[in-house]
Amino acid sequence: MTMIADEGAQELRPRSELTARELLREVGSVLRLSEAEAAKLGDLPEDPDEDQTMIINMGPSHPSTHGVLRLMLELQGETVLRCKPIIGYLHTGMEKTGEQLTFMQGGTNVTRMDYASPLNNELVFSMATEKLLGIDGDIPERAQWMRMLLSELNRMSSHLLFMATNGMDLGAVSMMIYGWREREEVLRFFQKVTGLRMNHNFVRPGGLAADLPPGWRDDVLRILDLLPERLEEYDILMTGQPIWRERLQGVGVITPNEALALGATGPILRSTGVEWDLRRHDPYLRYDEVEFDIIVGSYGDAFDRYAIRLNEIRESMRIVRQILDRMPEGDYRIQDKKVTPPPRARIDESMEALIHHFKIFTEGFKVPEGEVYVAIESPRGEIGCYIASDGSPTPYRMHVRAPSFVNIQCLPHMMRGGLVADAVAVISSVDPVLGEVDR
Amino acid sequence: MTDTPEAQSEDATEEAEASIPEPEMLGCPMTESRGQIVLHVARDRYVEVAKQLADEGYAMCVDLTAVDYLKHMDRELPTSVIGERFEIVVNLLDITHSRRIRLRTQVPEADATIATLFDLYPGTEAMEREVFDMFGISFEGHPDPSRILMPEDWNGYPLRKDFQVGTIPVQFKGAAS
Repeated sequence: MTMIADEGAQELRPRSELTARELLREVGSVLRLSEAEAAKLGDLPEDPDEDQTMIINMGPSHPSTHGVLRLMLELQGETVLRCKPIIGYLHTGMEKTGEQLTFMQGGTNVTRMDYASPLNNELVFSMATEKLLGIDGDIPERAQWMRMLLSELNRMSSHLLFMATNGMDLGAVSMMIYGWREREEVLRFFQKVTGLRMNHNFVRPGGLAADLPPGWRDDVLRILDLLPERLEEYDILMTGQPIWRERLQGVGVITPNEALALGATGPILRSTGVEWDLRRHDPYLRYDEVEFDIIVGSYGDAFDRYAIRLNEIRESMRIVRQILDRMPEGDYRIQDKKVTPPPRARIDESMEALIHHFKIFTEGFKVPEGEVYVAIESPRGEIGCYIASDGSPTPYRMHVRAPSFVNIQCLPHMMRGGLVADAVAVISSVDPVLGEVDR
Repeated sequence: MTDTPEAQSEDATEEAEASIPEPEMLGCPMTESRGQIVLHVARDRYVEVAKQLADEGYAMCVDLTAVDYLKHMDRELPTSVIGERFEIVVNLLDITHSRRIRLRTQVPEADATIATLFDLYPGTEAMEREVFDMFGISFEGHPDPSRILMPEDWNGYPLRKDFQVGTIPVQFKGAAS
């Protein structure tokens, strides 16, 4: 019965065993050159002697790999010549699981992918489901603005987590404590609203699970009043500090063309100077009604990516303030009997409501046949959800385009020619969440 | 029963509908799915069409995935497209005009191969490996055709619809069996 599948090794192998194409990929050449252009560059540098280089393994459980990312590096002295990320250590078959769960239950699954921004995952899944149902235009205003509020707060908590881990990776250990501390303030708000700090399953097809609790406005205002001075502390601690700049500036550089070719999105693409943010260029929810700036970098290095995320926290706060001013009254979910369970109070007095409630939670609702791809801007880039439905209450195929999974392909490119010590800074600046990479 | 004028005009519109050619783009049948543009590309024109679209400004391949339609072979397709078991789904993005397009290509089970888009969009490297890993569709010309998420000695392709869930013993890499 045992059959050895021979599809090649996943590890980084000696140069002598590689084809030219694979080698080029591993040293991080991604740009498409015409033959004339290549001729202009002259001869490519010769391969170093194999006794001068060493292939070492980093991870999968290394403190700076943000989970279980494993890297294999080819080193010459302290210089990284090649790099290959090896992933899959956290693979739990979530796309397969998604085919077993109804559209109603699907949120519990997708929310666990990018565990640093769960609400954005739920949002994209819900939006894809709504588009398939054809109710994406009927979602009540309050639900749209509530979703925006949660999405922006989630962006802040995710970027604060990045501040913490980025600081920790580069030796600014006190930053780790500060970042976690501020993130906790946001998570405390999430706990009050959704009941959970993470993995909320709060955004659902048709709207949200519940309305905002009393006193939510004061809680948000408290976070908004607290954060600006804390962010200024970060500026003093890191942004202007020479050691911090030395560690990040000019490290892990990527050009706009390379980022586009590799499919990188989010802060990585914006750090190269490309102004691309789905909130602005492909607006969803009510992002076309709020004012905010897109933060772009100019050098495409790790410092730009740090600065972009820091300033995106400030922009998110700006958006949240506008949401507070404009939050409309009304329903927090669509009153479509097909997708919305009856209110709790009705269940006690009406048999039909009880049956309806039971049916919707056991069988789920049927979604018309079709296929759809919906993308939104998560803190890490474009998160997309492709759902193919065969008309049953479960997705026939549910695929999540995970930004970290694609962004992680930039690593060989960013690390090439850098130092081993900078490898950690580069991984950190890509900000991968391994739950989403492996799914 | 004689034909009433109404019935005649209905027949006429039906005939007219049948004679209207299917909408096309770059020689491929084009459909709309919930307002999103979908191109049904034949397998032998897959790279060629992608190249034309790349030249038109679709500079980024945001997503490449596959669907196994084993249990849903009667899905809706343009009349000129014959449904096969597998379908490669590619989402392209043009950031200058902020528009998207989706390519769907039928891949038969008997010959589950397709050309790679790696030379056009290097970012598809990991995605194609994932599709290979999960569906067993191989990409001709891919520089590193190894499994990406599952262990390299894993048997079977988990996202295929006939992959037995829960009935096979868990395989551990390198463990004595």
